[in-house]
Amino acid sequence: MAENAAPPVVPAAQESTTLGALRDFWYYFSVNKGAVLGLVVFALLVLLALLAPVIAPYPAEQQFREALLVPPAWQQGGNPAFLLGTDPVGRDVLSRLIHGSRYSLFIGLVVVSFSLVFGITLGLLAGYYRGWVDAVIMRVMDIILSFPSLLLALVLVTILGKGLFNAMLAIALVLLPHFARLVRAAVMAEKNREYVISAKVAGAGHLRLMFMTILPNCTAPLIVQATLSFSNAILEAAALGFLGLGAQPPTPEWGTMLAEAREFILRAWWVVTFPGLAILVTVLAINLIGDGLRDALDPKLKRS
Amino acid sequence: MLRYILHRLALVVPTFIGITIVAFSFVRLLPGDPVMLLAGERTMTPERHAQLMEQFGFSRPIVVQYLDFIWSALQGDFGISISTKKAVLDQFLALFPATVELTFCAMAFAVLIGIPAGIFAAIKRGSWFDQLTMGTALVGYSMPIFWWGLLLIIVFSGMLGWTPVSGRIALTYFFKPVTGFMLVDSLISGQSGAFVSAVRHLILPSIVLGTIPLAVIARQTRSAMLEVLGEDYVRTARSKGLSPARVVGLHAFRNALIPVITTIGLQVGLLLAGAILTESIFSWPGIGKWMVDAIGKRDYAVVQGGLLLIALIVMAVNLIVDVLYAVVNPRIRVR
Repeated sequence: MAENAAPPVVPAAQESTTLGALRDFWYYFSVNKGAVLGLVVFALLVLLALLAPVIAPYPAEQQFREALLVPPAWQQGGNPAFLLGTDPVGRDVLSRLIHGSRYSLFIGLVVVSFSLVFGITLGLLAGYYRGWVDAVIMRVMDIILSFPSLLLALVLVTILGKGLFNAMLAIALVLLPHFARLVRAAVMAEKNREYVISAKVAGAGHLRLMFMTILPNCTAPLIVQATLSFSNAILEAAALGFLGLGAQPPTPEWGTMLAEAREFILRAWWVVTFPGLAILVTVLAINLIGDGLRDALDPKLKRS
Repeated sequence: MLRYILHRLALVVPTFIGITIVAFSFVRLLPGDPVMLLAGERTMTPERHAQLMEQFGFSRPIVVQYLDFIWSALQGDFGISISTKKAVLDQFLALFPATVELTFCAMAFAVLIGIPAGIFAAIKRGSWFDQLTMGTALVGYSMPIFWWGLLLIIVFSGMLGWTPVSGRIALTYFFKPVTGFMLVDSLISGQSGAFVSAVRHLILPSIVLGTIPLAVIARQTRSAMLEVLGEDYVRTARSKGLSPARVVGLHAFRNALIPVITTIGLQVGLLLAGAILTESIFSWPGIGKWMVDAIGKRDYAVVQGGLLLIALIVMAVNLIVDVLYAVVNPRIRVR
């Protein structure tokens, strides 16, 4: 297992074959039909989020006082003007869902970027310098990991104050150790390889060795982890929103929408069903992509 | 073996210190005066403030405060709830059985379905059953469980009226808790229908809480089985002419089980936290709901004590899993 753990080395001289590598990657990725489906759904979601104000029939906060809790258009009593019905204060559910896609993707993007940047930095420092730097960083990571993630996120939000930004910060902090550990392990495996030593002999400084020489060879597992964290971040942010600690009403964040709709579950199924379905479809699409990426990027599985 | 266990026990020390530091820092990191926060009094005279300052020990050096905090925790003093004025530990112990009962049932649901599903998916690799199982598992893995719970309530409680919406037992039954486990207590009480009522209340929460572990266990069992089925000794067993049931059941399954046990163990720790959402949906009176309610009520003494207690239990569960892992897997012990 150990000899297969390291990702393949791509020397700088082969830079010109990036296109070939991409084609190679696509070949393996596209074998997985689920992953391609996930990618298509995700691309549509991104489009939806970008064009939300154009596509959505109404603004997210517009209330129709004469149309409270209108069922979806195909049900009896439905109104074609509100395709997925309206919520308890007369807002169009479909419009809010479309606007909500912006929040979920934004949350995923910000959280993953944050944990990626800090996780990579901490992992590189720990794996490269070892010694007390390593000990301090990894003990702190261990402490974070010893708490159940949702519980820790809850407590962090309690300290920081509720709200979308603080929820994202808390989730990023909770997800960060996974990246740090991954990078550290990869750095330790790569550090004593010939290409690193030769770069060192050639006079590369610490920063160059860390970020330019070693890091590019750790990217495969990082990409997979980043994808999984993206879906995790969306789920946890929605969970915090659901518990009333994430995005606050009237923000059309999907988890927050669920929290607002909760008391109406037995009277109006649509206000509960659609936001959750939106979360599920988004998370599922990203996880499908993640599975495909893992298959395509993991050289160990590729050969079998 | 003993060396391994001792080594693993030694690793508990830094984790314990880390957990206590986080719980200790919690109240001190909250915006506002920690004395006011812990006492839960909105206005107080300077004399009262000084008195409480002394009582909580905030006037002493921070290191002394921390050591004192650990010392109290080791003696079972996890603070006093602001809202109920009861000891945090007593409240925790009263509610913990409800969470354990729910976690146990959720785990039973996940294991009893997940392991067979994973095994059959591996044996019939590539078949429609395999694809259906793994597709379902991925959906389960991606499930926002707070929504899943609401959906099940809509269908099974609202439309079909099969299951109750919340709580642990119908209000018509009343008996003193003996073990704290409703399934056991309702049987002991001897009241007709009490046990059935307890079971009906457990079904939906168990399914909701067990969904993600079910997906994880099914996926893990399948991949562990596939790995083992490719091993030489399985081929040898097959070529000896043993029946497929014997090869799978005796030779392959037992070895595939090792990583699965670890997964199950780690899931137990996660479940205790996952119960936060499930308990909130079903108004299940366990520690998860207790924590969420405490945050809502700004009962920071409970949040601090609960955080510490839950983290310590998760730590203990992970320790037990690791030791059990060494017991079933001799390869670990040798190193």
